[in-house]
Amino acid sequence: MTDAAILSVPQAESLFRRNLRDFRRNRLAMASLIVILVFVVMAVAAPLIAPQDPNETDLLRRLQPPGWAPGGDWAYALGCDGLGRDILSRIIYGARISIFIGLAVIFLATGVGILAGLAAGYFRGWVDVVISRVVDILLGFPYLIFAIGLMAMMGPGLMNIVLALAYKEWVIPCRVVRGETLAVRELEYVEAARALGAGPRHIMWREILPNILSPVIVISTIRMANVIILEASLSFLGLGVQPPTASWGSMVSDGRAFILEAWWVSTFPGIAILLLVLAINVASQGLRDAFDPRFSE
Amino acid sequence: MSLLEVTGLSKHYAGRPSLVQRVTRDPGQVVRAVNGVSLAVERGEVLGLIGESGCGKSTLGRAILRLHEPSAGRVTFDGTEVTALAPPALKAMRRRMQIIFQDPYASLNPRRTVAEIVGLPLALHGIASGEEAREITARVLERVGLKAGQLDRYPHQFSGGQRQRIGIARALVSNPEFIVCDEPVSALDVSIQAQIIALLLELKRDLGLTYLFISHDISVIGYLSDRVAVMYLGEIVETGPVAAVLDNPRHPYTQSLLSAVPEIGARRDRKARVRLQGDLPSPLNPPKGCKFHTRCPLATGICRSAAPQTRDLGGAHSAACHRLDEGLSLLEGGR
Repeated sequence: MTDAAILSVPQAESLFRRNLRDFRRNRLAMASLIVILVFVVMAVAAPLIAPQDPNETDLLRRLQPPGWAPGGDWAYALGCDGLGRDILSRIIYGARISIFIGLAVIFLATGVGILAGLAAGYFRGWVDVVISRVVDILLGFPYLIFAIGLMAMMGPGLMNIVLALAYKEWVIPCRVVRGETLAVRELEYVEAARALGAGPRHIMWREILPNILSPVIVISTIRMANVIILEASLSFLGLGVQPPTASWGSMVSDGRAFILEAWWVSTFPGIAILLLVLAINVASQGLRDAFDPRFSE
Repeated sequence: MSLLEVTGLSKHYAGRPSLVQRVTRDPGQVVRAVNGVSLAVERGEVLGLIGESGCGKSTLGRAILRLHEPSAGRVTFDGTEVTALAPPALKAMRRRMQIIFQDPYASLNPRRTVAEIVGLPLALHGIASGEEAREITARVLERVGLKAGQLDRYPHQFSGGQRQRIGIARALVSNPEFIVCDEPVSALDVSIQAQIIALLLELKRDLGLTYLFISHDISVIGYLSDRVAVMYLGEIVETGPVAAVLDNPRHPYTQSLLSAVPEIGARRDRKARVRLQGDLPSPLNPPKGCKFHTRCPLATGICRSAAPQTRDLGGAHSAACHRLDEGLSLLEGGR
């Protein structure tokens, strides 16, 4: 009996706090988070940070090498492209496009996916059949080809890219939400809510959704890296944002012609894509380990 | 008139018919979880429902509340036919009929605070909101032995017994008259069981509640029930006042259940243990005739061919067995 008094009982910690602490302990994930934050700050404060106007052409500076190379100028630290535009400034502005599209597609897709997945998993029956068949059909299309087709139909433009990617992206959160809903709806606390007189809306939003949100958030972050790559791919193919707006994908594409004589034109935006996508992937893995250990190895 | 009357209630679960079955109109496999159960619960009494795992007692409790929609039969509560109610009227009726669940871990939403869990009926039925709802919730919490200061805690911060008290508070907050207690103490330690049973009896006395108390534990049922119903494979086989059924069981299944209760002391000679052969048959393919005949030591030809009628044995005691008149008993020692 007296032993119990000696034990110091730690203050019970909320689940969210504990998850957050797990995440903070993961050094790699924290480093990735910092990289992501740097990109976000770059995107938000682009006009303040960019050393040059990203769209100002100057044929005298055509394919000017990076600052440290012979013939370089530190005012144009990463060199200039085929039209003499500053690559560093264009990368900084390009972060806006990548991050905006990544966020917009994920928010749209996750929103639609949650609605469709909850409806399919909760109501089952014909609602589930219809939604699940649509999901199956969409999953059958190769992602990039599907997006290319849509872009060809809708024409280029920022909002059209978001729509073209979200059209297919929502099936991923939808399947996760549906599966989790099927499991959670059978739990006793859902039955208890029904016994108290709760309707489907209360049960879906208040009882089920809060309990399945962790895997959805984790999946959505992982998918965001994918969406950024897809946007870059569309822009690389010339179906993305229209010139002269800077997008990493189109910058890589622009440099293709000079890859042997001016390697910096394609390489630096390529590295930017690599860094951001890698950081999001590593951070989302940390998030997964902390918030949803079921999925981690 | 009884507060709750259940007539011929059935809950069948049909498997999804295959294409061939649909074409040939073959109903396919049907699980008869509850099969034509009739019972009545008087206002202010505790009806103990007892049976082994898988006999359908939880399904019966949920079918009465229409948590699982009954396949057939009628439930009448205080003169209103619950089975005929449209959704809005059913929602209003839920204020008066509540349930306490077995698992104090699964039955509380881990993401909601105690105030939200217990106060939910107040919001759903528009009874109270804001500060008033908090006050009512706090009062109910104190009524079940928790503290008002624990309102904003989450379920994982409580022990099993405390969580069961939260579940009881949630069932009480809308001032119900009738509560289905679905094995409310089976998941708890014995010492905690006694506290929760005492709390349930105290609440029943003070608030004039009526319970349908589901359990597989004969000693718990014997302690708090006024009347007992014994269930086997989806059917009620024996029912009556607690003293009559437990001291003078007439159905061979009840007799074998009672003989399985462990006893302390050296009075082993008093009764030989009845061991039933085999397992509970599958409700997918229940035996013909009397459902108990496959395991009944007294079964004869008629038991295999015809289902026995429930017969009145006097003193509100009744049982469903072909061989009631023969005065046979599995329990030796002349009980």
